Amino acid sequence: MTASPIELIPTADDRRIARYAAAAIALSVVEAAIPMPLPGVKPGLANIITLIVLARYGWRDAVWVTLLRVVAGSLLLGQFLAPGFFLSLSGALASLVALGLAMHLPARWFGPVSQSLAAAFAHIAGQLLVARLWLVPHDGLLYLLPFFALAALLFGLANGLAAAKLLEEIASTAALPGEATNDRT
Amino acid sequence: MKPGDWGMFLLFAAGTAALAPVAFSGGVAEKAVVRRDGVVVAELPLTQKRRIEVAGALGTSVIEVQPGRARVAADPGPRQYCVRQGWLTRPNAIAICAPSHLSLSIAGRSADHDSLAY
Repeated sequence: MTASPIELIPTADDRRIARYAAAAIALSVVEAAIPMPLPGVKPGLANIITLIVLARYGWRDAVWVTLLRVVAGSLLLGQFLAPGFFLSLSGALASLVALGLAMHLPARWFGPVSQSLAAAFAHIAGQLLVARLWLVPHDGLLYLLPFFALAALLFGLANGLAAAKLLEEIASTAALPGEATNDRT
Repeated sequence: MKPGDWGMFLLFAAGTAALAPVAFSGGVAEKAVVRRDGVVVAELPLTQKRRIEVAGALGTSVIEVQPGRARVAADPGPRQYCVRQGWLTRPNAIAICAPSHLSLSIAGRSADHDSLAY
């Protein structure tokens, strides 16, 4: 047996991104099983992972994890290249742009909750834009906007709080031996 | 939650609350359209009270509009079908006064679809 001429050596970055993407994909598969009153409304639990990656490793990694989650998650759920896939993709891209902007808010006053809310609203905006322009080219779609906004508000808050809590725990376990970083306000 | 997070939350909550009326204006009747021989003679927004007189084939008919509804209040036609139909409230509802060659219909925001299914 000959050795493959192409050998891909995953870097530490690749492994880390793959690990977080796997967690995000698992969450999106899990939440697909949760029944929702309105089609298209989802808690977006995978965004907790995006927020954690954003806070710890920066925007580039967050983009990787999110896009891998959208593609692989849709493959697992049989949604790949279906309308739902393009809706998640457009929402994900819009929320990544929002996160790229929101991460520059002064960290003293703004935490993951702000980022999560910004991302959630960007998500519905991106999604509705694509849906309006392409899938349902009718203004009737915009009557759903208040319901999507309410969902974004609640789930954006919940995911942001979850991410903030997890980041706090990660920080406290990382700083266990020294407990020098006691900068909680 | 940091102070800015609260601010952000309140901002988005206010935005969401501002959108709420959109949810309950969906598909409501928006204007009354009066036609004679298929030609539009009057369009009345269903937001304020009005009473107009329209000249029909037999004489003068009276169209009455109140917020959210409209009716033919009087018509010289012999059988009074359009008058007895009463108030029209739903989009695409129509009252036809055939002897007078008049019709009164309610136009919603979209006249081209009766409903949408996803």
